[in-house]
Amino acid sequence: MTVTVPPGLADVTASNDTLRRFLHGLPGVDQVGVEARAATLATRSIKTTAKAFALDLAIRMVDLTTLEGQDTPGKVRALCAKGLRPDPTDPSCPAVAAICLYGDLVPTAVEALEGSGVHIAAVATAFPSGRAPLDVKLADTKAAVAAGADEIDMVIDRGAFLAGRYLDVYDEIVATKQASGDAHLKVILETGELATYDNVRRASWLAMLAGGDFIKTSTGKVSPTATLPVTLVMLEAVRDFRDQTGRQVGVKAAGGIRAAKDAVRYLVVVNEVAGDDWLSPDWFRFGASSLLNDLLMQRQKLTTGHYAGPDYFTLD
Amino acid sequence: MPTFEYAPAPESRSIVDIQPSYGLYIGGEMVEPIDGTRFKTVNPATEEVLSEVVAAGPQDVDRAVDAARSAYDGTWSRLSGRDRGKYLYRLARLVQERSRELAVLESIDNGKPIRESRDVDVPLVAAHFFYYAGWADKLDYAGFGPDPRALGVAAQVIPWNFPLLMLAWKIAPALACGNTVVLKPAETTPLTALAFADICQQADLPPGVVNILTGAGDTGRALVEHPGVDKVAFTGSTEVGRQIARSVAGTRKKVTLELGGKAANVVFDDAPLDQAIEGIVNGIFFNQGHVCCAGSRLLVQESVADELLAGLKRRLTTLRLGDPLDKNTDIGAINSAEQLAKIRLLSEVGETEGAERWSPPCELPGRGFWFPPTVFTGVSQSHRIAREEIFGPVLSVLTFRTPAEAVEKANNTPYGLSAGVWTEKGSRILWMAQRLRAGVVWANTFNRFDPTSPFGGYKESGYGREGGRHGLEGYLDV
Amino acid sequence: MSERNGRLEVRKTYKLYIGGAFHRSESGRTYEIRSADGARFLANAALASRKDARDAVVAARKAFSGWSAATAYNRGQVLYRVAEMLEGRRSQFVDEVGAGEGLGRADAEAAVDAAIDRWVWYAGWSDKIHQVHGSSNPVAGPYFDFSVPEPTGVVALVAPPASSLLGLVSVMAPVVVTGNAAVVVASESAPLPAITLAEVLATSDLPGGVVNLLTGHPAEIAPWLASHMDVNAIDLSGIDDPELAAELETAAAENLKRVVRPPAGNATEPDWAADPGLERLLAFLETKTVWHPVGI
Repeated sequence: MTVTVPPGLADVTASNDTLRRFLHGLPGVDQVGVEARAATLATRSIKTTAKAFALDLAIRMVDLTTLEGQDTPGKVRALCAKGLRPDPTDPSCPAVAAICLYGDLVPTAVEALEGSGVHIAAVATAFPSGRAPLDVKLADTKAAVAAGADEIDMVIDRGAFLAGRYLDVYDEIVATKQASGDAHLKVILETGELATYDNVRRASWLAMLAGGDFIKTSTGKVSPTATLPVTLVMLEAVRDFRDQTGRQVGVKAAGGIRAAKDAVRYLVVVNEVAGDDWLSPDWFRFGASSLLNDLLMQRQKLTTGHYAGPDYFTLD
Repeated sequence: MPTFEYAPAPESRSIVDIQPSYGLYIGGEMVEPIDGTRFKTVNPATEEVLSEVVAAGPQDVDRAVDAARSAYDGTWSRLSGRDRGKYLYRLARLVQERSRELAVLESIDNGKPIRESRDVDVPLVAAHFFYYAGWADKLDYAGFGPDPRALGVAAQVIPWNFPLLMLAWKIAPALACGNTVVLKPAETTPLTALAFADICQQADLPPGVVNILTGAGDTGRALVEHPGVDKVAFTGSTEVGRQIARSVAGTRKKVTLELGGKAANVVFDDAPLDQAIEGIVNGIFFNQGHVCCAGSRLLVQESVADELLAGLKRRLTTLRLGDPLDKNTDIGAINSAEQLAKIRLLSEVGETEGAERWSPPCELPGRGFWFPPTVFTGVSQSHRIAREEIFGPVLSVLTFRTPAEAVEKANNTPYGLSAGVWTEKGSRILWMAQRLRAGVVWANTFNRFDPTSPFGGYKESGYGREGGRHGLEGYLDV
Repeated sequence: MSERNGRLEVRKTYKLYIGGAFHRSESGRTYEIRSADGARFLANAALASRKDARDAVVAARKAFSGWSAATAYNRGQVLYRVAEMLEGRRSQFVDEVGAGEGLGRADAEAAVDAAIDRWVWYAGWSDKIHQVHGSSNPVAGPYFDFSVPEPTGVVALVAPPASSLLGLVSVMAPVVVTGNAAVVVASESAPLPAITLAEVLATSDLPGGVVNLLTGHPAEIAPWLASHMDVNAIDLSGIDDPELAAELETAAAENLKRVVRPPAGNATEPDWAADPGLERLLAFLETKTVWHPVGI
């Protein structure tokens, strides 16, 4: 699948200079203002039916994740079983959106998830640092796709971005998109390293111009990970991008989201900033691991009426 | 695609205990009126009657001023600043302790969303008392010379838009400086002032230092014109402010006035657009637009006007209007039938004048006083809706081409309370701030208040400042 | 501190307060604290070593960025809470001050009340000192020019030797209210109120490390603080030996610490009850001046 830069924006990627001028011409983001908006949205009180809706939706949006050097097929199989049936006591509990793991463990996940509809998202491109030659990063991507991953979570070259070599970053995303074949591509911006909201907006646009299907906040390996204001800025970007080009891009918030309460806040932000159209696992995801159990505990509390305890939920 | 409907999230009313009837707080006690009569106060969101309060008569006013005078002469003026400060710290702490109750009461009586009274109004109330508590024993350092003296008895009349906060803005500095007060809350919002009377009792505040007289225009006039009063502080309409200024002429009474406004919110083409949109929304729809310093005129640079308006309209569709006690409500009720009538009238005028009117789709509850957020585009300076204070959730949008033109249009008003500037360029912010004839300039933000930050107007928006070191001046004999 | 009404008391252990926690000295040493008349044993206080001092400076430095970044309102709230806790412990302080300084009940109460009131006075300065000591400066050019006070950083304090609570509060409160972090060496002979004050701080929302308290011999500890390259200022109020004070000031010059000298004249302490003025607030503030052009 080739990338077509949207009409009207074709000239933007003609050179590093034109791309730089475009990105730097986007409206700035006032830090205090955006953080205040996120804080106000976080005061929304989501109760009863709204909470039940949000919890179920959040579960369905989870990319259940394991990204450790010590991962083994056994660990992956356990995670897949958890993702398929998160709450062993309640079959009405939906499955997660995807299992997210390192590319070399994809075959185990393929076997475990066959026919289930749960996606397999492989991190690739020398995740998490991205510091490797391009051909290595592309080979990493192709191997994961060949093994059966239907989603690829790539990292951008933050060094190139911060040094102003935007066209290099763009070209790498385009190449990775191509190497991904039919798999859909999430572009990890690593917002903690980008440091400013202005950079987050610019990197979001850059990733979308290059054909990314999703923009993702973080690898989860660098602090700070996802935050509500950063995600808000990214949601503004995907909203504006669709307004301008007609193409819808998704957002994934990853890392540091442990409590169901926080996940619900993210959904409020999706709802009020981007709108209904993003309220589905096709367009918004949570990259998380321990979040799932807190979602299940809150879900159980809604149905039983009393507070749950961790003993009643499996670790994986 | 699914829609995310927020279920009702009501704050419980059980925390407040509204009595069926209230007296007047004079000399440290709740007392029956001498010549006052009772009237009802209602919940503007439901029109239910909340309680009966007194419209204090002239003899009640006399009694209150006498109580304040006795307390001044006999107790308060003899206390050290340190001890005055300690009383103020107690008041601050009690407000904090009872903050939820006060917030709920404020929303019920005023119509403003509980989120605002809980997160903005009441915390600022406590902060004001804390701030001025700390000045009470430091007046020598305030820049007004050594050992500055109080004025005596202060008559204070406040409006209905931020009832408890306006009370704090008046009482805290007055007491810190050594004055005693007689305060009249607005006719439609007496309840939090009466709760504050209870707080004064819990603090063991010496009797007569604070006196609360409920009532309407007549009570206010009697209080302000009382010969036993040394200082008059008023927040309200320019029209009444004018009357007060006339009535104190030739007397020795010191007066400070905080009156109306028609603030310009100026958005340049390089503004951080999404935050500017938030700032515009905050500027005119926060507190239902019942804000003297509301950004009621949007002055947007012509080159970015379409983009900004599209974003603004989209943003307005996510505003939630309804039950003030619902934690998710953004826009509450209009404070009274009278105010609603004024807003409707001026909005009709706007249409007649040829401006284009727009509101997001908005379901208004059946009972109560409600008005949807409204935007008028194609407004010119000569339109009435660009000149007159509407005091409701109605925004008038005008355009400009250059910074000089923006300044000219912003200043082209008899008012001068506040202004907003949105641009990423620091030097332009400062250039605009220098030239805007307004007492408060907000850059890349709006409607931000702090007890340390002086607030007040130029021109017909009044004179005197509240907040900060400057806020002491109005209560000292300097 | 013997039996009362036939009931044996539970006696208190007096430790150092570093980084928000109570530790014995890493040296394991203690020294005896006796009542002012020498008649009664009161407690064994920790005898702080140079390593304790070193650890205290590390803790203070760590706490400084958060404390100085807190809003002035927040600092004021925290300090006001400290005053509430002080008030609650009034009788304990009265006992300790009385015993340690040899004061009768009435004088001890007066000293404790003055200390609490002094603390409240300083708490109220947190959000006002900027308005009194900052300015916008009308420079002759199209610039907006303003000066703001900022806390200097980590401040070492040697507390007054005799006034064990009022004097202590008078040197400590002005340092922390503006956002500095402190390492305090308590009065050598009467350190117990200082440790009880540390207990108050620990229960008052004051972040750990903002105030660190060492008990022991100032003559032993102070030189290590005076020469420490990560300490920004030193208050020598508690040094009653003029030669030692001069040596400490010389050592402090190595990294140009801001120095507050001991009170002039004889070794008698100043009247801590008098109006403190702004001197101690200003001593630990830097002034930052910023220029910005004004133009379209």
